[in-house]
Amino acid sequence: MEALLAIFVGVLAGTGVYLLLRAHTFDVVLGLTLLSYAANVTIFSMGRIAVAKPPIIQPGLAPTLANYADPLPHALVLTAIVISFAMTALLLVIALAARAATGSDHVDDEPSRGRAQDAG
Amino acid sequence: MNWPHLIVVPVLLPLAAGCLALLLEPRWPRAAARLSVAATLALLALAIHLVTIAANGAVIPYLLGNWRAPFGIALALDRLSALMLVLTAVVAVAAALYARGGGPKGTHDARGRHFHALFQFQLMGLNGAFLTADLFNLFVFFEVLLIASYGLLLHGGGAARLRASIHYVVFNLTASTLFLIAVALLYGLTGTLNMADLAQRVPIVAAQHPAQVQAAALILIVVFGVKAALLPLYFWLPDTYSAATAPAAALFAIMTKVGVYCIARVTTLIFGADAGGASDVAIPWLPVLAMATLVLATFGALAAGRLGLLVAYLVVSSAGTLLLAVGLGTAPTVGAALFYLINSTFVAAALFLLVDSIASSRGEARDTIAPAPLAHRAGYGALFFLLAAEAAGVPPFGGFLGKSLMLAASVDEPMAAAIWTVVLATGLGILVALARAGSVVFWQATDANRMQAAAARPSFTERAALAWLTIAIVATVLNAGPVSGYTEAAAAQLLQRGAYIEAVLGAEPVAPLWNPRAGDIKP
Repeated sequence: MEALLAIFVGVLAGTGVYLLLRAHTFDVVLGLTLLSYAANVTIFSMGRIAVAKPPIIQPGLAPTLANYADPLPHALVLTAIVISFAMTALLLVIALAARAATGSDHVDDEPSRGRAQDAG
Repeated sequence: MNWPHLIVVPVLLPLAAGCLALLLEPRWPRAAARLSVAATLALLALAIHLVTIAANGAVIPYLLGNWRAPFGIALALDRLSALMLVLTAVVAVAAALYARGGGPKGTHDARGRHFHALFQFQLMGLNGAFLTADLFNLFVFFEVLLIASYGLLLHGGGAARLRASIHYVVFNLTASTLFLIAVALLYGLTGTLNMADLAQRVPIVAAQHPAQVQAAALILIVVFGVKAALLPLYFWLPDTYSAATAPAAALFAIMTKVGVYCIARVTTLIFGADAGGASDVAIPWLPVLAMATLVLATFGALAAGRLGLLVAYLVVSSAGTLLLAVGLGTAPTVGAALFYLINSTFVAAALFLLVDSIASSRGEARDTIAPAPLAHRAGYGALFFLLAAEAAGVPPFGGFLGKSLMLAASVDEPMAAAIWTVVLATGLGILVALARAGSVVFWQATDANRMQAAAARPSFTERAALAWLTIAIVATVLNAGPVSGYTEAAAAQLLQRGAYIEAVLGAEPVAPLWNPRAGDIKP
């Protein structure tokens, strides 16, 4: 399961970085979203991947990570999701405002022939 | 007064003031602005009080929610964080005052919505980042100060600000994602995020998994390098800072210092000399990259066509100088760097405000470095001369003292020849850039006609803000002895990490202010 998760995170991060490096704001926003998913799954997996192990201590079961899930990464990932969600919303608003103000969705504000005409 | 909850007040006060400003603004905008200025002044008084507490050398911890150290979130006040709080408050007072002034278009803070609320939230993020002793909490405060800075950067609107803010937001969001990955790696390896606890556990883990710990450490340095404007990561800064409205840009002068502060904190406390397999992992890189930053920032300053851009490159060059000294990592160099940090922050903030005043009195020419009619030449010229001499490091000002302390401290370094050459040559380059800009703007200027001069007269609060920063700069120079004594002690405390670890992990819960369920909690 670890290998599967690692490949999943790698694909997410790779796709995210590729989209991030593209020249149009929409691609950049998507790339950042994928990258933040990769980060969130990374945090999540740092609590060790376990099946059917509740984070509540039970009598008679030694309180080690072998018997229980670690609840802290879940709390961390929740915070991270909320923050990255809000930031993505903000970035979308800025990207839309910039598109409206400059007539281009190019990150360096160069006139983008194909897209600007399609959208406009 | 040693009230135990005093340490959390620099975070709570701006939070409360920001929320109140948000509520007051729709109906009573002037009251919201006055509240913001008053809260900033109170913050300054509090920060000065915290410096007097921290000056005796103790690290004072504070446990949020009374959870014992490695389990809950801890704050810690030492000499360095107290110093950073004062710097933030001094710059914030100037920015808040300046925002109340403005030309015929109305005051600066009225050119968009929620200026004062965002301003206070940014102060909350800054103060929290300087005080926290928890790595994930540091991430949260970074996000608080960043999201407020996105709003402040956009204050006033316009295509140039939108374009700059896309670069700025995307760059910083990517950095935040990397921050999360580094935090996750460190948590996965050590099982803790408390910085004092991390400092104890990293050497043990680094013995087994040196590569992973080093990777986490270097990712963290990259993240802080984005904030601090280290070489390959500073390209967002000049456009962003020169596009921001003047009071916001002045406050942003402290933001690069957050990156420098975090690098100084993390490389001494967690990945310092005692960190086993991860010790001094960034040290071979930092001074070299910092010197390259200095060189490129100087070229940028020489090539700048606008005064705002020139000042933004001065911010980059001061960050390069600071990271060079922090990267050398000895007590004298770090102490000298902290002294230089005080001056460079004040000078950058004052220059951003001054350039805005000059721009508003030059009509269409704004802040381009080209001959144009200029009102109030003598006053502007004298202040620009003083600040430029400070920034370039000309005696007898603070920039000179800071740089000479740093050069004296780096004599015995293996790279001393390169360091001296780069610091002195870039100092000359900055001097040439400032002298050229000053001579074009002030000596090739014609007198403005009387009506233009009257319209462009800076308002009382704008002059008060500039005077306040000038007084702060001159006071630092006049008290250079005690101030450099304090910064040396702060550097020594930074490198003595044992006391910090002991204080944070040994912190005892204090009596709560108010406990609604005091009766039903078991002892």
